[in-house]
Amino acid sequence: MFIIKYRKIFVTISAVLVSLSIISMCYFGLNFGIDFKGGSLLEVEYLTSRPDQNVVEDAIKSLDIGSVLVQPMGDNGFSLKARDITDEEKNSVLNVLGSDAVEKGFTSIGPSVGKELVRKSIICFILVSLGIIFWIAYSFRKVSKPVSSWKYGIIAIGSLVHDVIISAGVFVILSHFMGAEIDTLFVVAILTVLGLSVSDTIVVFDRIRENIRLNQGKPFDEIVGKSLNQVYIRSIATSSTVILALLSLIFFGPESTKMFSITLAIGMFFGTYSSIFLASPLLVMWNNIQKKK
Amino acid sequence: MWKTRITAFIILLLGVGIGFFVYQSEINYRNLTSEESATGVAKFPFKLGLDLSGGTHLIYKADLSEVGETDIESSMDSLRDVIERRVNIFGVAEPSIRVERSGFSNQGEERLIVDLPGITDVTEAIEMIGQTPMLDFRVENPDYLQESSNGIKEVKVDENGELNLSVNLSPYTKTELTGRYLDKAVLEFNQTTGEAVVGLQFNNEGAELFKQITTENVGKTVAIYLDGEPLTTPVVNEPITDGKAQISGNFTATEAKTLVGRLNSGALPVPITLISTQTIGPSLGQEATSAGVKAAIIGFLAIALFLIIWYRLPGLIAAISLSIYVVIMLAIFKIVPVTLTAAGIAGFIISIGIAVDANVLIFERIKEELRSGDGVGDSIHHGFKRAWLSVRDSNISSIITAIILYAFGTTLIKGFALIFLIGVVVSLISAISITRLFLYTLNIKKRNGFTEFMFGSGFSNAKKNLK
Repeated sequence: MFIIKYRKIFVTISAVLVSLSIISMCYFGLNFGIDFKGGSLLEVEYLTSRPDQNVVEDAIKSLDIGSVLVQPMGDNGFSLKARDITDEEKNSVLNVLGSDAVEKGFTSIGPSVGKELVRKSIICFILVSLGIIFWIAYSFRKVSKPVSSWKYGIIAIGSLVHDVIISAGVFVILSHFMGAEIDTLFVVAILTVLGLSVSDTIVVFDRIRENIRLNQGKPFDEIVGKSLNQVYIRSIATSSTVILALLSLIFFGPESTKMFSITLAIGMFFGTYSSIFLASPLLVMWNNIQKKK
Repeated sequence: MWKTRITAFIILLLGVGIGFFVYQSEINYRNLTSEESATGVAKFPFKLGLDLSGGTHLIYKADLSEVGETDIESSMDSLRDVIERRVNIFGVAEPSIRVERSGFSNQGEERLIVDLPGITDVTEAIEMIGQTPMLDFRVENPDYLQESSNGIKEVKVDENGELNLSVNLSPYTKTELTGRYLDKAVLEFNQTTGEAVVGLQFNNEGAELFKQITTENVGKTVAIYLDGEPLTTPVVNEPITDGKAQISGNFTATEAKTLVGRLNSGALPVPITLISTQTIGPSLGQEATSAGVKAAIIGFLAIALFLIIWYRLPGLIAAISLSIYVVIMLAIFKIVPVTLTAAGIAGFIISIGIAVDANVLIFERIKEELRSGDGVGDSIHHGFKRAWLSVRDSNISSIITAIILYAFGTTLIKGFALIFLIGVVVSLISAISITRLFLYTLNIKKRNGFTEFMFGSGFSNAKKNLK
């Protein structure tokens, strides 16, 4: 199996991708949305044609609501971001925009609600990680030679971290160029990636263990190679169906779940990639290091 | 064998039946006028979340600093009741008002979360919730200068010989009697004119004040103000001692009823402040709904096509069992009912993709068994048996994620997690049992080039491996 033969190349590719993701996260920074920071978002659409952005910005300056970020939205609208404003303040904004501007949606989130979301996200993240680690520990509880079960677990978690970091890294780059923000759905997407990508790794590892039983005495890397041969089509086929579903969401679905679907599709892709091209080569490498000792 | 076939036929019929139910109940619902839908003729419509139906989502923080530790729960409950009454008076369809108790994640704030589907005017919504109607009684202001009929204003010269031009004086001055002394308000109809009026019954203290006011003002007018606006200014004929009064302000029956409700719903037990609002305009919601439906249909067709092209016969069967999976899910959404949001629809579409996962695992196994030289029937049998553990294992991590997200997430996260969870569980059951049943039903025993092709996948047939 070429993947096992050229395992160093694939592990290097993954290492480079993870490093690039971390660098991009540090360089571009995490752009948190108003769900987390608190603040308000007003979406308006003009019935006839929208005025120049400068005109709108100047008009809003006369109001005492701090700095407002005006961005064009759709063909005929603007989205306005500001601190969390009250209903009266919003009405005054609508007033200066003129009667032609229709409010499409308005969200104002107080700082305490944002902090709550941060806490809930952290709780969810910790619990999902713990749940999945326990699940991995449980699935690999039966000791199998030549590689002991906890090593499967650690590698499964490692490839999970790999998937999440790369998904987040790609998201940060996208968010920098497309103006997307880290919001609630991003957290959900990352956690769903955790669940989906670990399942792929588990299927691959299950096969390896089954083949170890059936092929006593054969070299470990050969067994891993054989197992990959048996499962890679299945892995690619299943993740392609999920990605197919996600692509239809990205191109035809609602605007609000677009970035969510993109993040999930990226996570799905790398989840499958890592279970074939990262987790199994790592298993072989670890086993080889052990043998040398 | 006939038993299997009959069961398969029944399952197929059931699938069609459920599909028909989903379709018909939706058509019925769409064709109804709002009046009919209120009477329950159209049962089981899809329940759309605020982001799809349009509406207002408000989060209030309750100030409980004045309330003792033990009374917090009852105060929050009565707060919810009062606000629920106020919202109901305005006839919002299916409002949701719930208390979020303080806890670690929301930093000890007691919150009230109000969802108002269909209300897209926040100003109106905030008013309907936050305002206690201010009812007060006022008496004639002796200093008030009347504007004479010819438009010339009367001017008074005071003791110092200066002109007093304060024409903005209100015609009435406040008394102590306000809505606070109200015992209850009732809807009444004037027996002669049939006009709707609001009857007021004061408590003892209020009755005393009212008696005093009416005694002092016989022959004059007493004004009843609501929210700072004079509603009616009846002339007092004689002192009223029984503490009963009537407000007549040319109300329609509905207006009078609303006012009665507002007066009776009373003041809020604790002060509240609005800390978060979200409004989704109806057009935004509609766009999201139609885009979600479109994405679901296209996603489903793409997956079905992929299955049939790549997995041939088992793929076709999987596509059929996937259709049954979809109608079962839609029926669950309607009957439970599950609130659908944009994120929930995304969860549903992803679950369609995952539902395929189990089938693919099984088909690959069947192909392997065929290659190892087994007969078709045995291969199907072993394929299912051997794949089951992998199928179960690979879905459990998704189930773990979904349960945790549902238990600890915010409303938005819950909407996704619930549908994702139901989807994974239902797909596990439907993919395994329905696909297996259909494959058995075909009862393929012969092994030849054709069946090897039909059970093959991609570019390879399920030929016996001669290695």
